[in-house]
Amino acid sequence: MKKRSMKITKQDVTAALRTSLPIIVTFIVLGTGYGILMQEHGYGPIWSLLSGIMIFSGTAQFVSVTMLTGGSLIMAAVTALMVSARHIFFSISMIGRYRNENKRKWYLYYALCDETYAMLSKDDGPKGVNTSSYRFLVTLFDQLSWILGSVLGGCLGSVLNFNSEGIDFAMTALFATVFLQQWIDSKCHIPAILGLLATLACRLLFGRDLFLIPAMVIIIAVLTIMRRTIEERSQINDDND
Amino acid sequence: MTMTNPEHAFLIILIIGVVTLATRLLPVLVFGRGKKVPDYILYLGKVVPYTAMGLLIVYCLKDVSVIHAPHAIPELAALAVVVGTYLWKRNTIFSVVIGTVVYMVLIQLVF
Repeated sequence: MKKRSMKITKQDVTAALRTSLPIIVTFIVLGTGYGILMQEHGYGPIWSLLSGIMIFSGTAQFVSVTMLTGGSLIMAAVTALMVSARHIFFSISMIGRYRNENKRKWYLYYALCDETYAMLSKDDGPKGVNTSSYRFLVTLFDQLSWILGSVLGGCLGSVLNFNSEGIDFAMTALFATVFLQQWIDSKCHIPAILGLLATLACRLLFGRDLFLIPAMVIIIAVLTIMRRTIEERSQINDDND
Repeated sequence: MTMTNPEHAFLIILIIGVVTLATRLLPVLVFGRGKKVPDYILYLGKVVPYTAMGLLIVYCLKDVSVIHAPHAIPELAALAVVVGTYLWKRNTIFSVVIGTVVYMVLIQLVF
């Protein structure tokens, strides 16, 4: 396959903005929350900026705040592995899609957060856009809005008096809409049901801190064992469409 | 609380950053080097996104308790709104905004 063109057109920017809009809004608000928290712990906007570039993972960054002052380095590494392990799962599933991306590939993987993954794993973008540029821009807009929010929070601090409690539900809602659309688009629902039930079962069995890794292992194992069935049923879907 | 040791804070951010980056890059470095991506990895690429949304939804709701008040009612109600509006309009932004507003109102003012 030929390498993708890296040209960015106005159409790509518009399409990427349209896709990213719910994420941009939520990331600015959540990022502000993170920036304020950092400020309260004595770490100003420069620190939030640094963290947004060096870590760029909402969960990992929120967890890191209390460790910055006097946390042990080993605990930081272990905690980061626990909360970030899900990225292994996401990255594996993007290898096929990103294989023809040139140098942009490294940025796409580095900044592949949950929300960007949800938007970019479902399709190649709207018809007529340059897929490579579209992916790059969605990823970039998501990261920039998070960083912008956190720097804003660091600058304004507690001057902002907006009760944003519950705003993070926007992420749950976003994943729910993608889940629904995938459900509508496919006739083989084994993967969708598997993801939901295996994770739910592991959450109940292993508790809130440990469930993600066993859930991913079970999902990969079941997908591997049931590969023939899933591929046959997906094939049937293709024929009917 | 005030910052006591900037070098230490920097090291913590660096370590968390390196570990997070490793989780994002390692799979590519292991499976994505050759010209041809293994068949099995391509298969996972096709099906994992369908399992991942369920995983992410549960992950987002991991701190919600069914046993303790308010018994996950705000979450379930807001999710019902998201599902209902999405089936009606098929518009992501619309459903996300309405669902989030309903959720914020429920947890801030009702429960």
